[in-house]
Amino acid sequence: MLAKRIIPCLDVRNGQTVKGINFVNIREVGDPVEMGAAYAEQGADELVFLDITASHEGRKTFVDLVKRIALNLNIPFTVGGGISELSDIEALLAAGADKVSLNSAAIRNPDLINQMALNFGNQFVVIAIDAREENGKWTAYINGGRISTDKELFTWAREAEDRGAGELLFTSMNHDGTKNGFACDALARLSDELSIPVIASGGAGNMDHFVDVFTKGKADAGLAASIFHFNEITVPQLKNYLAEKNIPVRF
Amino acid sequence: MKIAIIKYNAGNIMSVDYALQRLGVKAEVTDDFDYIQSADKVIFPGVGEASTTMQYLRAKKLDQLIAGLKQPVLGICLGLQLMCRRSEEGNTDCIGIFNEEVKKFISDSSTENRLKVPHMGWNSIRNVRSKLFAGDLENQYAYFVHSFYAATGKDTIAECEYGISFSAALHRDNYYATQFHPEKSGKPGALILKNFIEL
Repeated sequence: MLAKRIIPCLDVRNGQTVKGINFVNIREVGDPVEMGAAYAEQGADELVFLDITASHEGRKTFVDLVKRIALNLNIPFTVGGGISELSDIEALLAAGADKVSLNSAAIRNPDLINQMALNFGNQFVVIAIDAREENGKWTAYINGGRISTDKELFTWAREAEDRGAGELLFTSMNHDGTKNGFACDALARLSDELSIPVIASGGAGNMDHFVDVFTKGKADAGLAASIFHFNEITVPQLKNYLAEKNIPVRF
Repeated sequence: MKIAIIKYNAGNIMSVDYALQRLGVKAEVTDDFDYIQSADKVIFPGVGEASTTMQYLRAKKLDQLIAGLKQPVLGICLGLQLMCRRSEEGNTDCIGIFNEEVKKFISDSSTENRLKVPHMGWNSIRNVRSKLFAGDLENQYAYFVHSFYAATGKDTIAECEYGISFSAALHRDNYYATQFHPEKSGKPGALILKNFIEL
């Protein structure tokens, strides 16, 4: 049986993993390769590395880092953050990334999804959508949630799938950082309307939230950052708990 | 030992080389015919689309090269599918080492638990029956990413369940192939690669 996936997400700045608290007081905490390998050893099913570096120099560092991750990690990983050119994507895939996630760039230039799928295959293309619910309507945001767009979540998600996305990573901005649980209603609707797998992000606070996201939310994978980084929940604990609740997980 | 990883226009070929490096095994990523023919082991990896990839292989005569190899060969993912007789993806005639046919998973939106396509993630492999799976690999999880699958048949040496039962691995004569990615499948995957190298 296909297992539900647990995906720790690591933010990387200038080649170091950082723990951000509301984007302030960012602290560099260690080598992403070592942290990634430690998560893999604990039983993480995949990893996401988000490059939060803005500078051009930092970009080159990130490509070198992706190569070191690929050399050392024996599970799949996705890279994302600020990617806008086909040449960036090519460099990341050549370095050994299994998937590349696009967010703002896909909204600004949706044709990039088609080009990416055509050049590299659908399975490389993860479309990340940050969306906020206001008055019952879900709107996609870009630039790390700072700028609203005219894209409605479900319409945009279907368009992304039609254009060749292989997977959707949905972050609810209403839930992100709250630790009150995932946006299960919106996730279930995405799962029903799309044929591609859906990764849930935003709101994980305890192990029951993961039970909910895989049952009520019908998600294929659950992503979280701080609860894993701060050891509030460990991956083995979470997987044992999910298994007790009859949710298929990999050991 | 001389190990060749066939280089062609497919994605993620380096990942196999990296996985072998983690095992302390050196391999050459190459499209050099002499090197491939004289290698002790040949790996045919790949992720991509069947018809354009077959066109590329034919143009380079790599299809004939692969069909004529006598040493152990391991196809991975698209490699497995291209070693089959035919694929529904672009209605492609493939290399034809395995007799099985490659079909597409159907995502039916009218069903309660809709099958997601691609089949992406970790799934358990069952009924393993080959030296490739030496070391208690029955029911272990492997990492899959694919929208097309080879049906089960007489070349099947491992099965996987996703809506239907399909071939997780195939074997005929000196040819082996896995639909999953051993290079990305944690410790069980590393063991499968090691088993292949030691065949």
